[in-house]
Amino acid sequence: MSIASVLDEGVSTGPVAPARRRRSRSHWILVGPGLVYLILLFVVPVGALLATSLYVPVPGGDIGQYQPALHWQNYVHALSQFWPVMLRSFWFALVATVAALVIGYPMAYAIAVRARGRTLLQGMLLVLVVAPFFTSFILRTIAWKQILADDSLVVSILHWLNLLPEDARLTATPFAVVCGLTYNFLPFMVLPIFAGLERLDARMLEAGADLYAAPITTFRTVTWPLSLPGVVAGTLLVFIPAVGDYVNATLLGNNTNTTMIGQVIDARFFKVLDYPTAAALSVVLMAAIMLLVTVYIRRAGTEELL
Amino acid sequence: MTALRRRPVPTDPRVRALIAHATRRSRERSTDLSRRSFLLGAAGTAGAAALLAACGTGPTAAPSAAAKDNSSSDKLVRWANWTQYLDQNDDGTEYPTLEAFEAKTGIRVTYAEDIEDNDTFYGKVNGQLKNGQDIGYDIVTLTDWMAARMIRLGYTQALDKAAMPNSTNILENLVNVDFDPGRKHSLTWQSGFAGLAWDKSKVPGGLHSVEDLWKSELAGRVEVLSEMRDTMGLIMLSQGVDPSGDWTDDDFYASLDILREKIGSGHIRKVLGNSYTQDLSSGDAIAVIGWSGDITSLNYESDDRFEFAIPDAGGTLWSDNMMVPIGSPARSNAEKLMDYYYDPEVAAQVAAWVNYITPVQGAKEAMDAIDPDLAENPMIFPTPEILSNVSVFRTLEPDEEERYNGEFLTVIGA
Repeated sequence: MSIASVLDEGVSTGPVAPARRRRSRSHWILVGPGLVYLILLFVVPVGALLATSLYVPVPGGDIGQYQPALHWQNYVHALSQFWPVMLRSFWFALVATVAALVIGYPMAYAIAVRARGRTLLQGMLLVLVVAPFFTSFILRTIAWKQILADDSLVVSILHWLNLLPEDARLTATPFAVVCGLTYNFLPFMVLPIFAGLERLDARMLEAGADLYAAPITTFRTVTWPLSLPGVVAGTLLVFIPAVGDYVNATLLGNNTNTTMIGQVIDARFFKVLDYPTAAALSVVLMAAIMLLVTVYIRRAGTEELL
Repeated sequence: MTALRRRPVPTDPRVRALIAHATRRSRERSTDLSRRSFLLGAAGTAGAAALLAACGTGPTAAPSAAAKDNSSSDKLVRWANWTQYLDQNDDGTEYPTLEAFEAKTGIRVTYAEDIEDNDTFYGKVNGQLKNGQDIGYDIVTLTDWMAARMIRLGYTQALDKAAMPNSTNILENLVNVDFDPGRKHSLTWQSGFAGLAWDKSKVPGGLHSVEDLWKSELAGRVEVLSEMRDTMGLIMLSQGVDPSGDWTDDDFYASLDILREKIGSGHIRKVLGNSYTQDLSSGDAIAVIGWSGDITSLNYESDDRFEFAIPDAGGTLWSDNMMVPIGSPARSNAEKLMDYYYDPEVAAQVAAWVNYITPVQGAKEAMDAIDPDLAENPMIFPTPEILSNVSVFRTLEPDEEERYNGEFLTVIGA
């Protein structure tokens, strides 16, 4: 659980006491490898991405040939063409995150609180949560395509129960894509929440009961606030990759009303070879996610936690 | 049918000698009418394309010289191809002709079904090609228009035809293609048609035209190809526009509007590459624009559930071409492999499985020994009537291609 605990610590970190540190070379030697790694594999690519987003086509050049420029119009062009897709991606990711929270929180609660003390059961349940990772992400998504296919058991049963109109389908619909996103990112929600609830002191719940609080009140005033760091970490871990996801949208969607921004960036980059538009969309996506996450952490994260 | 299709050429050396003899004799006499008619039929379309390509741009910023050939020290060739495009055994685990090649030459082959569509494949490797680097494949198999781009940009190695004696078996109409006159950089792998395919149990009346795809009872269960030239080619033909001719922007955009409307209304469920066959199998799609050989292959797995037809208004004809990328260190191994597949007997074995048009002269005679029915199959050895009803999408200028492809991709939601 080290990753999860590191993550939620990152979220819940309060102001650090300004300890006086001895400045020495060992400081830099320790930071060095990580810094070089980040500069090479993060700063340089992001710089290249920003530069590419302003490129213009070589006059009279072949497909996919661009030259450096400062053509800010690329952003206007990219956004005016693809803003609905951008909005849809955030919407799908939001729905998937909420769904994952609704499904994942009780799971985490059951494993961390209800199964407390029963080490074997707890271990087995955790393995079950992580088990899907032993199979390829792509394979699992393709399996979903079969599960939701028109001739599948699921669709037949839904038709039979009249829950789904006779001419309605499941694949290539927003529903299928959001289902896929929720399914694929669910463990990222469960694990951080589990890590938070695992440390929940059961005596606090007892204290709540002793003070005549109804279980629901105890949950609202004790359990939920204490699990918030895990919830914040979990929602971020689901939301951020879900916005940019294109595997679910391609395999379970692939319809114009399910197109997500990741698909557009992929197609602009690999199929149309329109690198500037792809880069501009990536930059906008990155900036939008950063903005949303900052606002979210400020509101849901630190303020309530402090 | 399944048993027949996979019947190998008889192992008896005398029978083999007879087949070889018959093949040679018929080539000398050149009595094969259907093949000659094929040449005539396709020559017209190729001619129009040649004219248009004549004013194409030359190679710009071509990568440096071809990579050093290490073929003799490293006996390996890596081949990127499309799915269901090489003969397999019944389990789908082995490729008989490929194994025969390995046994014969001692060259190991890494065969990868890595090409889902031309654009995606090119998009992944073009950065390395531009710098003359090894892309991890020694043979790539790409469609005419993409082969044209690769050769135009200098991303392919010149082939040593002297080391490939069988390469002269190529059908005459395929020798002087506009993008590679004399076939200095490429050899045809297979050719095929794009047309209509449907699930016979669910579309009882069958399909005769692209308009039939738009019938209300098929709503939401129609899929079309992400290959622009095939999908747009078929729609344009249905509008009376010949995609091999001198059509205008208006013609293209009128057809694109039809596609946009059908996708927007949800009538077309998905637009995708080779994986449409999975959706036909799963029942998500019951009527598609698809490729001829795929449907035959699919039928072997699913009891003849599907049928393929070229629409009355016409279909498209394309070829895929084997090329050696500029950074490949195994050109001569690759040449040996290509040469091997131009042996008529081997070509017939492949054609009997993949069911696409084989580019190798003498394969029809070799096919007679494998399965006389298949030798008469018009999807493998097309008749003049069929060839007169298909066209090759004309070669596009780089700026046209960028614009049309960009618009097409926008419409299909990418």
